[in-house]
Amino acid sequence: MSTALAMNKKKAGKLSKAKLLPYLMVSPYLLFVLVFVVFPVLFCLFLTFHKWNIIAPMQFAGMDNYSRLFQDRLFWKAIGNTLKFLLLHIPLQLIVSLLLAWLLNQKIRAVSFFRASFFMPVIVSGVVVTILWQQLLGYDTGLINKLLMSIGLNKVGWLVDPDMAIYSIAVMATWKNVGLYVILFLVGLQTVPPQYYEASELDGASRWQQFYHITLPMINPTIFMVVILSTIGGFSLFIEPYIMTGGGPLNTTLSAVLYIYKQAFQYYNMGYSATLGFFYAIMIMTVVVLQKKFIEKEV
Amino acid sequence: MNGSFNIKRIITYAALSLAALTFIYPFIWMIGASLAPLHEVGNMKFWPAHPTINNFQLMIGKIPIGRSLFNSLLVALLTTSLVLLTGSTVGYALAKLQFRGRQLIFYIIVFTMSLPFQITLIPNYITMVNLRLVDTYMALVVPFAVSAFAILMFRQAFQGLPQALIDAARLDGCSELGLIFRILWPNIKPTIITVAILTFIGSWNEVLWPLIVIRNEQLMTMPQLVTLFAVGGRADSQLGVKIAAAVLLALPVMIAFLFFQKHFIQSMASTGLKD
Repeated sequence: MSTALAMNKKKAGKLSKAKLLPYLMVSPYLLFVLVFVVFPVLFCLFLTFHKWNIIAPMQFAGMDNYSRLFQDRLFWKAIGNTLKFLLLHIPLQLIVSLLLAWLLNQKIRAVSFFRASFFMPVIVSGVVVTILWQQLLGYDTGLINKLLMSIGLNKVGWLVDPDMAIYSIAVMATWKNVGLYVILFLVGLQTVPPQYYEASELDGASRWQQFYHITLPMINPTIFMVVILSTIGGFSLFIEPYIMTGGGPLNTTLSAVLYIYKQAFQYYNMGYSATLGFFYAIMIMTVVVLQKKFIEKEV
Repeated sequence: MNGSFNIKRIITYAALSLAALTFIYPFIWMIGASLAPLHEVGNMKFWPAHPTINNFQLMIGKIPIGRSLFNSLLVALLTTSLVLLTGSTVGYALAKLQFRGRQLIFYIIVFTMSLPFQITLIPNYITMVNLRLVDTYMALVVPFAVSAFAILMFRQAFQGLPQALIDAARLDGCSELGLIFRILWPNIKPTIITVAILTFIGSWNEVLWPLIVIRNEQLMTMPQLVTLFAVGGRADSQLGVKIAAAVLLALPVMIAFLFFQKHFIQSMASTGLKD
């Protein structure tokens, strides 16, 4: 009797150990999610109802942060700047990366050389790219303006003209990221079976018709991915204006993340900054979901 | 082949070469400019007429760039090791072990991946303040020690391995951790390389977070130090010095890329191919 009980106990102990093991293995992740995702999201929501400069005690502020957000012209300007950025960045990224991938897919030699050269800016820090482009886009000493003047054209205020600066940054960001999307499109293009093209050629389809009716539908998932990734990346725009323009001229390159950063770490408005972050994150998720819906409908 | 075919090929090569030049030329100019004396920096020329290392000497005198290189390497290596460790244990549990809540954890992972960082940025900074981690290496490593992306990559890789491999190792009395790292790891090298490269590059290039949690110049990462140098006015009068700092920041990654080009490109391409 007692031995049977002991055996049972032993069995149960072994069983629970085997049962416990998976939980033990995923526990670092669960702890991490609790500390760095669940708590921050809840705390962020909590902060949106408070005023806090980190040093003095927190003060309950009701809906003050929210009403301030809706009246904050600078925040809406920053959102507008970010949207302007995306408006040029996304189409440019799609067109240039698709074109380059299409050229690379023409059974040419030295594919790896071209691919590597397009890819170089992708792996290098955004800090490097920004410092480099600051020199290229400078008004008096910039290489691009020097080049324009040497062929008899006028200088352009790439970074000093308020109507221009955010678009210059969008072109720079495209230059930095496009190599990644070239690779993604190249993979996508190579999944199109060559028989499709051969068959449509027999039917007398033009190159454009082939592209529109065969290539485009086949690489639709890649297009979707490029749009989503560029959108999320664009909404995170920070280091480029931080280094290049500090948000100027006339706050036309102030990105939303740069403004959130400034509210928190220059003015120490933790509660308000958290409110901006919370609102902005929900906005981003909404845009991405809408894009998803819209593109899925198109397929 | 006929004439029009050749012309098409020539145009293709010309367009690709022009594009390649647009991507490579700025880097070559940058290296040239970093070696140029002050009066030559603004030139468009490929290479300065009187190359000098003066810019680098000036920069080393102004900022602890060597220390920041060490900091960046240490932080990136620690982060990468931890991500590989946590990624493979959690990924293994999700792929090969049966337990209640497994599917729920998978959904949580997918959800956290789509959560924009802007929402957690300020609270995470406050957590660092409360844990007294501001101005420590821990602040740079711990918030990146677990990666949802790495977990999903490992989960997928382990799912592709046969159950027989695991059963055989268990019969031999292998512990679960030994099983993961000694028996299964050698079979998923491409995944390990991909996760390692992406984590390392991501950590190396991260700049917003270090700007927030590190104020002590001796603990700054390289991109952070170079950023503050570039905007802080200390390099303002000397363009060449600023560019020299950018060159030093770019070189380690560029050299690594030249050696492991194929791995880099395959890894980066797989970021998009996961679904």
